[in-house]
Amino acid sequence: MTGAPLLEVRDLSKHFGGVRAVQNVSFAVRPGEIVGLIGPNGAGKTTLVNLISGFHRASGGAVRFDGRDVTRQKPHMIARRGLSRTFQIVQPFPQMTAVENVAAGALFAGQAPSRKVALDQAHEKLAVVGLTRVADSPASALTLPDRKRLEFAKSLAMKPKMLLLDEVNAGLNPHEIDTALALIRTIAASGITIIVIEHLMKVVLGLSHRILVLHHGELIAEGAPAAVVKDPKVVEAYLGNRFVERFGATGHPA
Amino acid sequence: MTRADFAKLGLLGLGVLGMLAVPVLGDNYLVRLCTFVAMYSAMALAWNFIGGYAGYPSFATAAFFGLGAYVGALLQNHGVPMVPAWIAAMLVSAGFSLAVGAMILRLRGHYFAVGSIALVEILRQVASTWRDVTGGGNGLNVPMLPGGPGFAGMVFLYSMLAIALLAFAATLWVDKGRLGFGLRCIRQNEDAANMVGIDADRYKTIAFTLSGLFCGTAGAAYASWVAYIDPSDTFNILTTLKVPVMVMLGGAGTLYGPLIGVIVFIVLEETIWSSFLELHQAVLGTIIVILVFFLPGGLLKLRLPAALLSGGRR
Repeated sequence: MTGAPLLEVRDLSKHFGGVRAVQNVSFAVRPGEIVGLIGPNGAGKTTLVNLISGFHRASGGAVRFDGRDVTRQKPHMIARRGLSRTFQIVQPFPQMTAVENVAAGALFAGQAPSRKVALDQAHEKLAVVGLTRVADSPASALTLPDRKRLEFAKSLAMKPKMLLLDEVNAGLNPHEIDTALALIRTIAASGITIIVIEHLMKVVLGLSHRILVLHHGELIAEGAPAAVVKDPKVVEAYLGNRFVERFGATGHPA
Repeated sequence: MTRADFAKLGLLGLGVLGMLAVPVLGDNYLVRLCTFVAMYSAMALAWNFIGGYAGYPSFATAAFFGLGAYVGALLQNHGVPMVPAWIAAMLVSAGFSLAVGAMILRLRGHYFAVGSIALVEILRQVASTWRDVTGGGNGLNVPMLPGGPGFAGMVFLYSMLAIALLAFAATLWVDKGRLGFGLRCIRQNEDAANMVGIDADRYKTIAFTLSGLFCGTAGAAYASWVAYIDPSDTFNILTTLKVPVMVMLGGAGTLYGPLIGVIVFIVLEETIWSSFLELHQAVLGTIIVILVFFLPGGLLKLRLPAALLSGGRR
């Protein structure tokens, strides 16, 4: 993978009063990559996503996306440029049907020419994530796994160049996680660059080309999954020795 | 547009024709009542943009209404003809709501509600204290329309009807288009709306401006109609409460809810409340409580009217 990075984060910082949630974080993501972002609770992962997607204003540093400086842009502008995110806690429009939810993504960020076209596109995306059967149910009536898929479909309808997936697997059972993983791989194969924030090491290690590790708001390691899990700093801050023993013994993610 | 849509529009058309015939067939009481129905319809439709579609609990209705009334009255007193004065009042109210909206729409929920109600109070204080211009608490006389009360009654009924129909046309445009869809998203989840690429700040400001525009125009027409305004009559907290109650009674965020709410409310007001002169504030309070507890979606959300209108869209 070569060429100009799709996303470039330089010396990005965010302070909340005296709390330094994110400090001087720099990294780049090339088109087509799947990058995993891991770290203990409170490491600043979600804050970093909020900074990149424009929901927080950076205290310092810069974000470039697709060749443009987006540091000071509002979320809706960044969304229209092709950077789409999901929320850790799913955020549907509860009174709208599933297909209307997805159509919102197609109509606004996806810039569909009319509501009818947006609805057609929404039906396609619902088929991709396997939600056709609940297309006309209100989003509030969907089960948690279905709502997570709905977030996927909504993001896809926005015709993104990059997806930021903030813990899309939290609260799912192992079977549902496998389905979600297959879906992420399908999306990646269609040429969309992906950053996944995850707690489940099985998911991150199996999926990512590269991993970033955040701790106390700082980037403490970056590299291929196999190298990162052996990094002493990462082991100390996040994984613990038991994980390394298991990972080393089986040669597979635990 | 489905057949049901056409049926509803047809029903509305019949209602408008009926009101057009009132000056010929009815007496002055009925003309006055219908003028109020048209005026409150314009204001209810206006509130529906921000309070219904966008879901922002605006209590600024009386601020726009009073501002429009004063601008229209002052211009008429300085020799501007009636209709151009109304148009000027419309533009001033729209400009005011645009400027203020850009500021207070950063607030959400209760904070926005308090901010919007403060607008009414601030403008009322300005109108009360700026004696040289507004006449202060003494109020303002507005030139009477020549041609006798019968003729004037007809003119103001038709004028209010025209304003209400313009507000309805604007609602139709919003409801069927991108703006209405975006506003519904904002009402349900503003963060998610931003995330899907909706410029929430701009959309809310447009909704608030539409709200100010039609309330201000209705206010200007009201000032010419009653020919005398004062601060407590135009910047009336009761107006600011009554209009949202009407909309919620019918169904907020729907095309026909505000109209149904206005008609039901005014019929209630005329038939029942006139028998309870001392208690009508208490009756308003009771209606609000009933609305909140038993009818959060308004009359349109009840099964029966929905079935009668061959199924509401949502």
